[in-house]
Amino acid sequence: MTHVVTENCSQCRFTDCAVTCPVQCFHGDGERLYIDPEVCIDCNACIPACPVQAIREEFHLTPEQEHWREINAERAKDLPVISAKQQPLPTAEARRAELGF
Amino acid sequence: MTPHASPLRVAIVGSGPSGYYAVEALLQSGRDVEVDVYDRIPVPFGLVRYGVAPDHQKLKEVTRVFTRFALDPRVGFFGNVTVGRDVSVAELGRLYDAVVIASGAGVDRAMNVPGEDLAGSHAAVDFVGWYNGHPDYRDRCFDLSGEHAVIVGQGNVAIDVCRILAKTADELRKTDIAEHALTTLARSRLKTITIVGRRGPAQMKFTTKELRELGTLPGWDVTLDPADLALDGTSAAEMAAPQSATAAKNIEVLRGFAAKPRSNPREIRFCFFAAPHRLEGEGRVESFVVERTRLSGPAFQQRAEGTGTYRAIAADVVFRSIGYAGLPMPGLPFDGRAKIVPNVAGRVRDADGAVVPRLYVTGWIKRGPTGIIGTNRVDSIETVASLLADDLPRQEGAGGRERASALLRERGVRATSFAHWQAIDRVELERGQAKGKVRDKVIDRDEFLSIASGASGEAETPVAAGVGTT
Repeated sequence: MTHVVTENCSQCRFTDCAVTCPVQCFHGDGERLYIDPEVCIDCNACIPACPVQAIREEFHLTPEQEHWREINAERAKDLPVISAKQQPLPTAEARRAELGF
Repeated sequence: MTPHASPLRVAIVGSGPSGYYAVEALLQSGRDVEVDVYDRIPVPFGLVRYGVAPDHQKLKEVTRVFTRFALDPRVGFFGNVTVGRDVSVAELGRLYDAVVIASGAGVDRAMNVPGEDLAGSHAAVDFVGWYNGHPDYRDRCFDLSGEHAVIVGQGNVAIDVCRILAKTADELRKTDIAEHALTTLARSRLKTITIVGRRGPAQMKFTTKELRELGTLPGWDVTLDPADLALDGTSAAEMAAPQSATAAKNIEVLRGFAAKPRSNPREIRFCFFAAPHRLEGEGRVESFVVERTRLSGPAFQQRAEGTGTYRAIAADVVFRSIGYAGLPMPGLPFDGRAKIVPNVAGRVRDADGAVVPRLYVTGWIKRGPTGIIGTNRVDSIETVASLLADDLPRQEGAGGRERASALLRERGVRATSFAHWQAIDRVELERGQAKGKVRDKVIDRDEFLSIASGASGEAETPVAAGVGTT
């Protein structure tokens, strides 16, 4: 079991999750964040931290979200750890409004 | 920021998550720092070791991260030192440039109902400390020879207690549960566990994953009155709000439980809208009387009020988990009502509201017992940001680690170091391996100290730094 960053992170990248993660399991590129399933301890802290509910427990992934599991695991391997709050993307607030949060 | 000749010396009191996240924030600040972590227990990690349930080993892996911080040469550990007794807060204040209190909030809040002190009525926190092998709780006794347990509270501690009570000895044997707890739990004759909460399913504070896990316990059904799932208008409005995503998922899980036909001999029952009224019994608790409640008030501020309807639940043993409180520490301001140290963004304030220079708080003693492990990271980042922003002038002759070490030795305090902990850790892991469990915890204080002295050959001499230093 792990947690997975899904589609809502794209265009947002709020990074609040990375601050609340107790084990530094978040990695990021310029577009979004990814969770390293080898490091995540399934503590749930990131789920309520995300303003756009992008993070789900593996257990709760919908069939349309399943592919994010693989993407998170793959991308997290190569990207740097993000453990501090960063500026959200310029499109973040518009995207949040669009998503209804 | 002014340049300084010596490092910023910081003492952190408490080696749980909030303490070690304060260490992390200091290490990552880019400043020249020297940080010492104090704990009254000879070994580190606070509630990760003594609070997180033994069957949740994955959560305990967070100690790997703390270990990384602890092994940094700038970081020291003084275990087996009770601040406020062996050394005062004021003395630490003279030894270091700043003191951060991260001592947590491990004291249980009472229900304040008649019969609460009957034999068989316990604080959940005592049970948690006992099954986790906390030295202070090793001699507690829990009689599980009856058939009915009641747990009061709707948070994750309530769920942990329920799960540990419900699991078989075989399921727990391979964890690092204390041996004495395993023996008692193996003889448990419990058939029902009732989880009582004043409010409704929409107000539960459980983590979804932990709630769901209850439904997977072999031999147990999870039941509830389906009528309790019919949300009132205000609760339904709460559920529709974005911040209720977890609560909404929890209700889904409960609906799943309610829809499942009974198939197991034993039962975990959720009893919602029930306020503790009194405990009854001859000499020891036999029944738990609750008053039916209803909710009133605006969304997210709904309170349970009594309806005057009472009923008794069979109860041979009761565990209350309705809140936790911090303890006042000698020499530290304390808000007796909120049970925290009054502070603004981690800066301690005295009774008149004035900031106490060089004194900071983080974690549960700062904000109250809320959130999970990661919540403390955010909290400690805030406190350390305050500390760094204060750009403290170095204290003349503070002395830090070296002087603290000498002072403790002078007083005959047998402080343990992180290297000592590593030796104890190895012993626990080896012993565990021999018994087929992940770890066999050392529980006795003297045993901690004898392993420590065997490891370094200098038990009396506090070795403060991470590895290999004297």
